[in-house]
Amino acid sequence: MGRAIIGGKAYVVGDNIDTDQIIPAQYLSLVPTIREEYERLGSYALSGLPVERYPQRLTEAGRVPCPYRVIIAGRNFGCGSSREHAPIALGAAGIRVVIAESFARIFFRNCLATGELYPIQSSYRLNDGFETGDVVEVDLRSTTLRGANSSCGYPLTPLGEAEKVVAAGGLFHYARRMGLVRERSEAS
Amino acid sequence: MTLTEKLLARAAGKKNVASGETVLVDVDVLMTHDVCGPGTIGVFKREFGETARVWDPDRVVIIPDHYIFTTDQRSNRNVDILREFVREQGIRHFYDVIDDPTGVWRFDPSRGPLAAQFGSRYAGVCHIALAEKGHTRPGEVLVGTDSHTCTAGAFNAFATGIGNTDAAFVLGTGKILLRVPETMRFMLDGAMGPGVMAKDVILHIIGEIGFDGATYRAMEFGGNGVSGLDIDDRMTIANMGVEAGAKNAIFEADAQTTAFVDARMKEHGTTRPYEAVSPDAEAKYLSTLRVDLAEVEPTVAVPPDPSRRAAARDLTDVKLDRAYIGSCTGGKASDFLAFASIVQGRQVKIDTFGVPATPAIVASLKESLLNGKSVWDILRDAGVRMTENPGCAACLGGPADTFGRINEPMKCISTTNRNFPGRMGHPDGQVFLASPYTVAASALAGHVADPRDYLQS
Repeated sequence: MGRAIIGGKAYVVGDNIDTDQIIPAQYLSLVPTIREEYERLGSYALSGLPVERYPQRLTEAGRVPCPYRVIIAGRNFGCGSSREHAPIALGAAGIRVVIAESFARIFFRNCLATGELYPIQSSYRLNDGFETGDVVEVDLRSTTLRGANSSCGYPLTPLGEAEKVVAAGGLFHYARRMGLVRERSEAS
Repeated sequence: MTLTEKLLARAAGKKNVASGETVLVDVDVLMTHDVCGPGTIGVFKREFGETARVWDPDRVVIIPDHYIFTTDQRSNRNVDILREFVREQGIRHFYDVIDDPTGVWRFDPSRGPLAAQFGSRYAGVCHIALAEKGHTRPGEVLVGTDSHTCTAGAFNAFATGIGNTDAAFVLGTGKILLRVPETMRFMLDGAMGPGVMAKDVILHIIGEIGFDGATYRAMEFGGNGVSGLDIDDRMTIANMGVEAGAKNAIFEADAQTTAFVDARMKEHGTTRPYEAVSPDAEAKYLSTLRVDLAEVEPTVAVPPDPSRRAAARDLTDVKLDRAYIGSCTGGKASDFLAFASIVQGRQVKIDTFGVPATPAIVASLKESLLNGKSVWDILRDAGVRMTENPGCAACLGGPADTFGRINEPMKCISTTNRNFPGRMGHPDGQVFLASPYTVAASALAGHVADPRDYLQS
């Protein structure tokens, strides 16, 4: 985290990708703070997407990290449940940025709180203009998305203060810097 | 200020707040369950230390309810993780599956899915249990690791769903950073017609504003029709606010609210003073939508999202494979009573599963009589597979052996809250959301049906 440019292959999805499609409910018994269960969550990321519509899966045979670094989505990405397993599964699969036309509130907040992902809103509908496998670059400083073979950049909405939370590694790192919580008790 | 602004201002110790402002507010109640509790505890210990204490053990409410009646070992283990934390922290409000505070929970499949298999403290589905056990109070801030925590807005609380990391922050500090949302006002006027329920009202509203129509916003319900909505109706409406993306959904408090809350607190020893909030006359709303309750029809949300609104009477050509009644949205006593009033003396045509939300609801269905017969017996004799094991069950699919789970591609009509692909199990299953009346009529017909054609006196 903290790098200004995040590049790699994009995985492209439609509208209303809810938390059940991001991490199907049967995997919620995996506890994200247990290391090996965190990795297994990554292997199931986006496994709830319907196969006919998404024949190319995010993780082939559950291998992590997946070949993708960026998700490009439509409206209301992450709607549904409050499960933090959702951004964690994507982060554990190797995704660093989700670009969406809009985000569901709790998912967006969980991205920041965990520091797993940058949830970045696009000013335009970008998921129609890209295909899964396209190589892209997200510039966090100028907040633009660029295709590898394209000179034209698509403007994204700056994350503002929220970017610092993700860059710091999540809510707790940020809150310590801001003096909202003390250092860990073992450390003090 | 609006209800939500006033409430958050008070919780932040400020005179005024405006929408868009970020405030650090004091939390009155933190709720977690078996699916997100273990992860929350994990973050709490990682960030505050292995020996850290929660900010106030009497304000933490832990309600296992999601994956309970399953042989999935990790799910059983997760209930044990909660129990260990509760013991270590001295948390009083833990509605454990078993009675032995040092025991382990293992579901015994040889006893079947229908017969009760839990101890005396088990409380069932968290959002209904919170209300039943006297943890929902007007004017309070209640956060929970579940998106349907917004249900408690029915009691004039600011209630919202949060993730594990935010919940761990609350566990350690008693506080949460919140951005004050803009408020959308919904004026519910008049009264619902026969065969129409609160579920139809909220499906109607979500259809009107869209699946993200209230994202980042508060939904505030008022109007002259609210007094005619009982507590269960208000819970159903607040519950599904999140399906329009809302941060919270909130009702004004009235005599019904305080009577309900006071009685539950007294019964369960959870009494503490509270102060309801009401909106100012000059409150600024982002929008106001008037809903004439008499105009609302039996409504269905067709897959794949809760905003795909259709009238039940226009869907009678949709053949169904299964019907399901249960969950925090549609598993209350009044939901089963409505269902029973339609199916009594009749037989369901398709597989129909009934999962009451809480043990208290199971008991009340066995005690309350409709035309001289218990509601429970009416449902069972009509062919509904009723389980005595309350919980979230198949509403969210869950482990493969979950009661009522959709394990193959099929069409199911359900009183639950979400119909995204895979929600009730199989990724190609289709879920139609409707009221208990409509689900009951459809279970009798084998296709989507308008309950007004099936009402009986």
